[in-house]
Amino acid sequence: MRITQGTFSYLPDLTDDEIAAQVAYALDNGWPCSVEFTDDPHPRNSYWEMWGLPMFDLADPAGVVYEVNECRRAYPNHYVRLNAYDARYGRQTTALSFIVQRPKDEPGFRIDREETSDRRVRYRMHPYALDRPEGERYA
Amino acid sequence: MSRWSAGVIPYAEMGYWRPDYEPGPSDVLAAFRITPQPGVPPEEAGAAVAGESSTATWTVVWTDRLTAYEQYQAKCYRVEPVPGRDGEFIAYIAYDLDLFEEGSIANLTSSIIGNVFGFKALKALRLEDMRIPTHYVKTFQGPAHGIVMEREYLGKFGRPLLGATVKPKLGLSARNYGRVVYEALRGGLDFTKDDENINSQPFMRWRDRFLYCMEGVTRAQAATGEVKGHYLNVTAATMEDMYERADFARELGSVVVMIDLTVGYTAIQSMANWARRNGVLLHLHRAGHSTYTRQKTHGVSFRVIAKWMRLAGVDHIHAGTVVGKLEGDPHSVAGFYDTLRLDKIAADPVKGLFFDQEWASLPGTMPVASGGIHAGQMHQLLDHLGEDVILQFGGGTIGHPMGIAAGATANRVALEAMIKARNEGRDFLAEGPDILRAAAKRSRELDVALTTWGDVTFNYDSTDTPDVVETPVSL
Repeated sequence: MRITQGTFSYLPDLTDDEIAAQVAYALDNGWPCSVEFTDDPHPRNSYWEMWGLPMFDLADPAGVVYEVNECRRAYPNHYVRLNAYDARYGRQTTALSFIVQRPKDEPGFRIDREETSDRRVRYRMHPYALDRPEGERYA
Repeated sequence: MSRWSAGVIPYAEMGYWRPDYEPGPSDVLAAFRITPQPGVPPEEAGAAVAGESSTATWTVVWTDRLTAYEQYQAKCYRVEPVPGRDGEFIAYIAYDLDLFEEGSIANLTSSIIGNVFGFKALKALRLEDMRIPTHYVKTFQGPAHGIVMEREYLGKFGRPLLGATVKPKLGLSARNYGRVVYEALRGGLDFTKDDENINSQPFMRWRDRFLYCMEGVTRAQAATGEVKGHYLNVTAATMEDMYERADFARELGSVVVMIDLTVGYTAIQSMANWARRNGVLLHLHRAGHSTYTRQKTHGVSFRVIAKWMRLAGVDHIHAGTVVGKLEGDPHSVAGFYDTLRLDKIAADPVKGLFFDQEWASLPGTMPVASGGIHAGQMHQLLDHLGEDVILQFGGGTIGHPMGIAAGATANRVALEAMIKARNEGRDFLAEGPDILRAAAKRSRELDVALTTWGDVTFNYDSTDTPDVVETPVSL
């Protein structure tokens, strides 16, 4: 399967040039970028690991792409996403977020159904990758 | 003749026409389009509206003198002719804040539109806009979550959200209905939706629908790794029934429930409180609104309904598509969207906005564009409606020749391709068809959608359009 979180998951994976163009758009809007990675793709996993702090003072898209590639090099089989953050009053939230690397094989999720009373079913969504310890999930 | 002589005297002479009055910052302001009967001066008609929507009755009553009546009298402070519309005037009326109960849309509306619309001295009357002072705004809860919280809750950023209403809207069994939900969500939509008239009918009872829909939602979440939702319509005959259905939806893990505008303002506010308390998004379908929003001369403009519903506290509201099958002049719709999404809005006659409006950080309500839109219009939709909007392609998803999931994928590919092109600095409106065709080369789903619906448009003149006042003229 292909996890479709993020702004561009239904398009072919973005090239470095295409990533740089999105970064340029973010920086033009005054949105600092940050890189995050994880091997737990559950949609409720809000806190992917931070690849350093948000790049508040970085004005060159090439610098952001450099950090993306450093993160990819360190974690070649993790999910990596690029975020742009809008700190303006009234917004103060993520403005853009898209996956820039995914594991070669994405096993996806299992649903466990627990049948309870009155035909109700309690669902539990379990990423297959979580069956292995952190760091070894996408060998 | 004294102001206090028994009998009937003109409203204008009873203190309801006050051309010298300067509205205060805490006044509630209203702009009414009035069409007086022949022989009724516009100032008197404006004063009558002010009177009948505040303290007056048809004759002088001595008991007024037991009150500080000048405080409670609404004041018509300006009347202007509408350019290009003979016999129509805009009457501006100021209301003291004391006239309204804190945090009650029912009370606000019972005053402002309670009695005056049937008034014989007027041929027609339309409430065009209101200024809600921040003093009053702060007495309302507002949207249960709002746009920012909704995006963080769903983990979806940087693009409009996508939805579809399950069709046919009536007749599907619960099991078949859940199939449509599953297919549309796994194909790439963020939300599916009950239609306004899907409540609990003989062919599908609400509880069965909720169970099958949540099976579909959960399956689609597992298939995509994304948070998905189905607007479970909890509209019902009584508040007790609505709470029962909403509690069941929450228990099943639904991120969103839905109500219809027909449930009434009090029920909407109750459900907004419930939604905030329970962490469930609240979707509002504006069922019935066209009976009073569409005609230019009589009724209530949708921009006023949008303001009331943001105060009442809904997270989503249908607010027009511009390009789809339902009424929606582009400028008016832009005014509705501004009203729902922005924090400070400047008066703008081109958009039909009569007053400045400040929301004092009341969360924004996500507008929903639904009705006769398809993937081939993606560039126009993004241009007209922007990013904080839910685009709902019902027929444009379910009617796809390759199936429902393919229809959903076509819409998602078209959307992401358009956002990517916009961010890259391309002139996406002019190049829209090219951008879509290029994306369709790598997506058979989009290719087939463009072949099926590429040329479908709904070009009819709008009924409800702003009458632009370039330089307002006072009478």
